[in-house]
Amino acid sequence: MPTILEVKDLKKNYGDFAAVKGITFDIKEGEIFSLLGPNGAGKTTTISMLSTLYAPTAGDATIAGHSVTKSPMDVRHAIGVVPQDLALYEDLSARENLTFWGQMYGLSGSSLKNRVEEVLGQIGLVDKAKDRVKTYSGGMKRRVNIGVGLLHKPKLLFMDEPTVGIDPQSRRAILDTVKDLNKQGMTVLYTTHYMEEAEELSNRVGIIDHGELIAIGTQKELTRQVGETETLLLHIGENEDPEALISALKGIDGVLEANAINHEISVITHSAADVMAPVVTKANERGIKIHSIDIREPNLEAVFLHLTGRALRD
Amino acid sequence: MLKTFLIGIKDVKLAFRDRAAIIFMLLAPFLLTLGMGLVTGRFSGNSSSGISDIPVVIVNLDDGELAEALVDVFYSEDLADLVEPSLGTSPDAARQMVEEDKVAAAIIIPGGFTASIIPPSEMGMIVYVGPRAIEIYANPTRPTSAGIIKSIVDEYLSYVEEGTVSGQTSIFQLMSSGRISPQNAEAAGQAMAERLQNAPNNEQLAITLNSSTADGEEIEFDVLAYLAPGMALMFLMYTVSYGGRSILAEKAQGTLPRLLVSPTNSTQILGGKVFGIYLTGVAQMLILIGATSLLFQLKWGDPLGVVLLVFAAVFGATGWGMIITALARTPAQVGSVGSATMLIFGILGGSFISLDQMPTYIQTISRITPNSWALDGFTTLALGGTLSNLSAPITALLTMGGVLFLASILLFGKKNLVQK
Ligand SMILES: Nc1ncnc2c1ncn2[C@@H]1O[C@H](COP(=O)(O)OP(=O)(O)OP(=O)(O)O)[C@@H](O)[C@H]1O
Ligand SMILES: [Mg+2]
Repeated sequence: MPTILEVKDLKKNYGDFAAVKGITFDIKEGEIFSLLGPNGAGKTTTISMLSTLYAPTAGDATIAGHSVTKSPMDVRHAIGVVPQDLALYEDLSARENLTFWGQMYGLSGSSLKNRVEEVLGQIGLVDKAKDRVKTYSGGMKRRVNIGVGLLHKPKLLFMDEPTVGIDPQSRRAILDTVKDLNKQGMTVLYTTHYMEEAEELSNRVGIIDHGELIAIGTQKELTRQVGETETLLLHIGENEDPEALISALKGIDGVLEANAINHEISVITHSAADVMAPVVTKANERGIKIHSIDIREPNLEAVFLHLTGRALRD
Repeated sequence: MLKTFLIGIKDVKLAFRDRAAIIFMLLAPFLLTLGMGLVTGRFSGNSSSGISDIPVVIVNLDDGELAEALVDVFYSEDLADLVEPSLGTSPDAARQMVEEDKVAAAIIIPGGFTASIIPPSEMGMIVYVGPRAIEIYANPTRPTSAGIIKSIVDEYLSYVEEGTVSGQTSIFQLMSSGRISPQNAEAAGQAMAERLQNAPNNEQLAITLNSSTADGEEIEFDVLAYLAPGMALMFLMYTVSYGGRSILAEKAQGTLPRLLVSPTNSTQILGGKVFGIYLTGVAQMLILIGATSLLFQLKWGDPLGVVLLVFAAVFGATGWGMIITALARTPAQVGSVGSATMLIFGILGGSFISLDQMPTYIQTISRITPNSWALDGFTTLALGGTLSNLSAPITALLTMGGVLFLASILLFGKKNLVQK
C-alpha cells in the first residue's frame, strides 16, 4: 500500500513550551491509524499542523505528495478535518451548514446538492436536516461536525476525538460510521484517549504522551512489548488508601507492575493465577477490603501503563 | 471571489436570524424614530420639534398687511419656543448675519409683496403686478433649522395663496383675522377674481418662495427626515460592530479555523466577513428607509442619491467596525466598545440633538463620525437636494472608510488573526 501521510520530526512550541517534541510516523492508504494519548499529549496540536492550521516549529509532513509547509493549498484539497470542538453555525440548519461548507470546498450546483443529501443520509440526519443546529442534541451536533469533513470525499480524514462527551448510542453510531467510511476506501487518522476505540478501529496505533510518540505499531505488536502478561484489576473501597498496598504488591514474586487508578489497583503479571493468593493476603494484612477482582488480557491500557507508569485515563 | 461572496451571504443570513440583532438593527431605530416623532409632534401636525430658539432675522420692506401678518406669525405665542426672531432693515446686513452664522436664516419680504397679492384699488383700477417673491437666505451649516424657517414661511404662503385662489372664503378669513378692513374686502375680492380671469394659467398665480441656501439648495422640512436617518445611522454602528464581533466569534467557535483548513485563503475569508458586514448594513438601512417611507410617508428624497449615500455611509461605518475589531481581543470587547461607540457617535453625529445646537468645536469633532456626514447628506436629500449636492458627504465617507480599512488591515496583520 502506498503511503498517504509521512510525518518527519514534526515539532511545535507554544512560546517556551514544547507541545510536540519531534514526532515521526506514516500512514498507508486505506488504514485507520489512531493517535492514542491522554489529555494534553499533543494530539490536537499534531492534527493542527498536519491540517495546515498551525505552522510547525520544525519538521515537515507530506500528504498525498504535498508538503504541509510548502503547498498547504494542495494539502487542504486532499484532507477532510473533523475538529475536536464543534465548528458549526448554530443558527443554520444541518443542510445549510453542509451546503456552506461544501461551497468552501469548491462544490456547487447539483453535485453539491446531491452530495449534501448523501452525507445527511450517512450521518442519519435526513429527518432533522431543516432544523437549526442549535436545537440538536450533543450527539447530533457531533454527527453534523463529522459530516462537514466528508463532503468533498477527502483521501485522508482527520478525526480529532470525535466521540468526547456523548452518549454511548451516538458513540456507537460514530464508530460504525468511521468503519463504513474506511471500507469505502477513506484513510483515517483518528485521535482518542479511549483505548477501547483505538483497539476497535485501528489497523495501527501510535501512543503519544507529553508531545512524544512513545510507541507505534499494530495492537499485537504493542501488547507484545508488555510481554505475555495479564492484568489483575482490584476494586477497593472509596475510603481505602491504595498507596501502602501498592509498594507491598510490587514486592510479590511475579508482579511486574502495580498502579492505582482512582479506586482500582492494576497489577501486571505473567500469571494471574500465581499471584492472586498473595495479592489478597497482602490486602488483608493491611486491612484493605477488596470488592472484586477482574482479570484482563493485555491491552493498550497496559501498554501505556507499562511505558509511562501512569494510567491513560485522567 | 465567489467564496468571498458566499461567506458574506452566509453572514447576512446569520445576522437576520439573530433575534437580538434584529431588535437592535431594525426594531430599536424604528421605535425610537416613532417615539421621537411623537414627542416632537410630527404625527399630530404640531410644528414644534426637539429644536428650539432658532435665530432668524426678518427684513420687512413691504408695508402691506400680508407682510405684517407674516412677521406676526414669527412673533406669535405658538412659535415663541421654536424661533427667536429679530427685525432687520437692510437685506445685505441680514444676509451678512447668515454668512457669519449668527442666524439660521434671513427672511426678506420685498416691497410691494402685499400689493402683488391684493392689488390696491384706491385709484379705481386694478393693476396687475406679478407675484413678488419672499427671499429666504438660509444658513447651509444649519440645514435643519433653516428648513424649519422655510416650512413656516411656506405654510403661511400656502394659506395666503389658497385665499387668492378660492376667493371669498379666504378674504373672509383675512378679514376676520383683521388683516383686511371690511371696506377693502370687496375690492380685494374683485381684484382676485380679476386676476384669476386674466391670469394665463394658474401656475403664474402661485406665489413663489425664492428660497435658497447660500449654496443655492432648495429647502423643505419634515422633522422625521432628520430623526429617521439619525436613528438609522446610530444603529448602523451597532450592525458594524456586531459584524466585527462575529469575526472574533468565529475564531472562538472554531468555524474560522475550520475555514482556514479548507481550500479558502485568509484574504477570501476576511473579505467575505467584511462583505457580510457591509451587506447587512446596507440591508438594514434600506429596510429602515423603506419602512419609514411606507408607514410614516416620509420622503427621503432623490432615490439615486439615497441609495448611493447609503452605500457610502455603510462603507464609512464598516471601516469603524473593522478598526474596533482589529483593536479588540475578544468578541465581548468588540461588543462593549461597539455599543459605546454607537452612543458617542450617535450624540456627536447629531442623532439626538441637532448639531446646529452644539458648540462649534463639537461640530468639528463630529466630523470623525460617519453619522454626521451621512446625516448631512440625508438632510440635503430630504430638503430636495440630489446626488450632485452630495459630493462632500460621499467623498468624506468613502475617504473615512478607506483610511480605516487600511489601518485595520495593518492591525490585523500584526495581530495575526489566523495563523499561529
Ligand atoms: N494555543 C496554545 N497555546 C499554548 N499552549 C497550548 C496551546 N494549545 C495547546 N497548548 C498546550 O499544548 C499541550 C498539548 O495540547 P493539545 O491540545 O495538542 O493536547 P491534546 O492531546 O489534544 O489534549 P486533549 O485530549 O485534551 O484534547 C497542552 O499542554 C496544552 O496546554
Ligand atoms: Mg485535543
